[in-house]
Amino acid sequence: MAQKKIKNLKSFSTSADRFEGANLLCPGCAHSIIVREVLNATNDDLVISAATGCLEVCTAVYPYTSWDASWIHIGFENAATAVAGAEAMYKALKRKGRLLQPKRTPKFVAFGGDGASYDIGFQWISGTFERGHDIMYITLDNEVYANTGGQSSGSTPLGASTTTSPAGRVSYGKKRHKKDMLAIMAAHGSPYVAQVAPNKWKDMIKKIQKGFEVEGPVYINAMSACTTEWRFPAQDTIAISDLAVDSLVFPLYEIVDGTKLNITYRPKKVIPVREYLAAQGRFKHLFKPENEHIIEEWQRRVDAQWEYLQRREEAGV
Amino acid sequence: MAEKMELKKVEVWDGNLAAAHSLRQAQVDVVSAYPITPSTPIVETFAKFLADGYVDGEYMMVESEHAAMSGCIGASAAGGRVATATSAQGFALMVETLYQASGMRLPIVLHVVNRALASPLNVNGDHSDMYLGRDSGWIQLDTFSPQEVYDMGLMAFKIGEDHDVRLPVMVHQDGFISSHTAQNVSPLSDDEAYEFVGEFKPMNAMLDFEKPISYGVQTEEDWHFEHKARQHNDLMTKVFPKIDEVFQEFEKKTGRKYKIVEDFYMDDARVAIVALGTTVETAKLAARILRKEEKIKAGVVGIRVLRPFPFEQLGEVLKKVKAIGTLDRSSPNGTVGMLYNEISGVLMGHGVKSIVLNYVYGLGGRDITVEMIKNIFRELDQNRKARKRISPVQQFVNLRGPKLEYFDASLVNRGK
Repeated sequence: MAQKKIKNLKSFSTSADRFEGANLLCPGCAHSIIVREVLNATNDDLVISAATGCLEVCTAVYPYTSWDASWIHIGFENAATAVAGAEAMYKALKRKGRLLQPKRTPKFVAFGGDGASYDIGFQWISGTFERGHDIMYITLDNEVYANTGGQSSGSTPLGASTTTSPAGRVSYGKKRHKKDMLAIMAAHGSPYVAQVAPNKWKDMIKKIQKGFEVEGPVYINAMSACTTEWRFPAQDTIAISDLAVDSLVFPLYEIVDGTKLNITYRPKKVIPVREYLAAQGRFKHLFKPENEHIIEEWQRRVDAQWEYLQRREEAGV
Repeated sequence: MAEKMELKKVEVWDGNLAAAHSLRQAQVDVVSAYPITPSTPIVETFAKFLADGYVDGEYMMVESEHAAMSGCIGASAAGGRVATATSAQGFALMVETLYQASGMRLPIVLHVVNRALASPLNVNGDHSDMYLGRDSGWIQLDTFSPQEVYDMGLMAFKIGEDHDVRLPVMVHQDGFISSHTAQNVSPLSDDEAYEFVGEFKPMNAMLDFEKPISYGVQTEEDWHFEHKARQHNDLMTKVFPKIDEVFQEFEKKTGRKYKIVEDFYMDDARVAIVALGTTVETAKLAARILRKEEKIKAGVVGIRVLRPFPFEQLGEVLKKVKAIGTLDRSSPNGTVGMLYNEISGVLMGHGVKSIVLNYVYGLGGRDITVEMIKNIFRELDQNRKARKRISPVQQFVNLRGPKLEYFDASLVNRGK
C-alpha cells in the first residue's frame, strides 16, 4: 500500500497531479477538487473508469486528455462494470504470470455522477458489488443531470427546481426526497461505504485511503456542489459545501462491513437547513409563503436522519 | 496452470459445446457473461471447465448482457484475451456496447447463437440478431455446422487480435439447429489449438502503467467522422487479407479449407441460392438432387464472412448466374431482405444483369426443408428460361394462411 502522507494543504497542493488542471469543467466545479484529491490519496498506479457525464466530457476530448493514468469511458450506465472488467483482467493475468509490470499494485476506481449512479447505472453498480470486485466506486453527487442542462435525477432533493421538475404556479419542484444510496450500498455487504465532502478534505482523504486499504467493493458518495445547476456564485463552492455539512443536510459518516456506522464530522454549531436552501437558486421558490411547509418538511427530515445516524452509531450495529 | 483435456480424434459435440471448447483451448483470460437460450450451454460449460481447473482465467457472471459486454470491454482494454456468448434479446440489450467495443478497437470474441427477436417471444433460431449486428463495426463470421463453430471459434481470436486488425469478432451459429444438434467434430489437441491461436499480444493495454492511455474519449464534428472512416477503411482493406491468411494456415494444420464466400456447384451453375447458416447445408443437398434428377444447374453460395461484406468475392462467384434466390431468415419489416439488397448491389457494381428474387423464410425456427428449397430452385430456373423476372421480387416461404408476395412481374415492364 503506497499511501500518501499529506499533512496540510500546502503539501497537498504541491503533490504531483495525475488529473491535470487542463480540463473543461466549470469554474468552481467541485468535481475537479474531489477527483484530484482521490488521485492524490495514493502513490499506486490507477485504472480509472468514468461514466458519461460532466467529468467525462470535460476531461477527455480528442486529441486531449486530462488523465495521466489508465482511463476508460464506455457509456452512461456501465462505469462500475468497465473497471470491474479491468480488475478481473488484472487478477487473471496475475494468476497466469503475464502482467507487464508484475510488481505494481494498481487501484481500480470508477467515477459516475448521481444520474449514472442512482439512476441509469444502478444495476451495474449493484452487480459489481454483489460480485465483490476489488474496486472503489465514487459518485460525484451534484444531485442533478448537470451535463445535459439540469434535469432531475434520483438524487435530486425535495423541492429543487430542475428542468424536468420545474417549480411553477402550482408546483414546488421535485416531489420526492433523494435515495439513500449509502444505506443501499451498505446493504450489499460492502466492506466500506462513506459519504465525503471536498470542504472537509482531511476527512475525505482519510476515507479514500481507508477505502483503498480494504479488499472488496467500496462505495463513496461525494457531495459535489454544482455552481451551474444549484445556482450559486462560482467562488462559493466551498462555502456552500460548509453550509451543507454544518446544516447536516449532508452528514459525513461511514459504514464498515455493512453495519458499523461512524459519524466522522459533528458540526460545532448546527445551522438551520433554511440557510443552506436560501443560498441556492434552485430552492428560491421555496421561500414563497405557500411553499413554507416544504422548508419545514426539509428540517424535519434532516433532524430525523441525524437522530437515526446517531442511534445507529451508539448501537454499533 | 490450467489442466489439459484429452480429446478424441472425433468428438460428438453440438455447436454450443464446440464453442465452449474453442474458448477453453484459446485459454481466454476473462469471460464476462450472462446466460440466455439457446447460447446458455456455452457459458455453463465454460463455468464447469473453470470449476474443474481446465481454464484459469477470470469468469464474471454478471447481471445482464449489457453488463456482460461492458465487462468484456473493460477487460479487453486492460489487455488480455476476452470472449463471451449471447443470443437474441441478450444481443439486443448488448447493442449499445457492441458499437463501443468496436469503436475502441477491442478484439473481443462473441459467440452469437442466432435466435428470433421478440415480440412475440420466441426461443428458436432465425437471423434477426445477426442482422441487428451488421452495422456495429464487428467482423461477423458465419458457420453452418458445429465443426465450423469450433474452427471459426479458434480463428476468430487470430483474426481479431491481429495488430493490423484489432476488431471484435462475432461467430454466428443457428440456434438449436446447430447449437443443440450433436454432430461429429474433429478438434485439435489442446497444445495444437493454443499454438495455432497464439499468445495474446497486448497493445495499448490499460495495465501497462508505463504508458497510460485514455479509452473511449469524446469526439464531436471535428474528429468523429475520421475515426469512423478509419475503422471502416480497416474493415474494408485489412480484414480480408488477414482472414485469407488465417484460413490458409488453418487448412495447413487441419486440412479443412474455408473461403470468405463458400460456393458449391458454382462452376457451371445457371441458378443459385445465396444463404446464411445451416440453410446452406440444406440448399447443398437440394442442389445435388436437382442436378441429378431434373438437370437443373443449381448452385449454392454460403456467406462465410457477413461483415466486412465480400462484395468482390460475391461478384466473382455470381457473375455468370442467370437467376439468384436470396434467402433471408429475418423479417425485413417493410422492405426487401438484407441479402436481396446486398446481392443486387454486388451485381450492379459488377455490371451484371441477373434476375434476383428474395425469399423470406424460417422465422422463429420455422422449418425449411429440402423440398421447399427445391421449389425455389425450380422457380429460379423458370425465371432463367423466361429470360426475365416472372416471379414476385419477394415471397414468404412456408407461411400459414394466404401467400404473401410483393413487387410482381408487372414492375419489369414499367422499368422499360
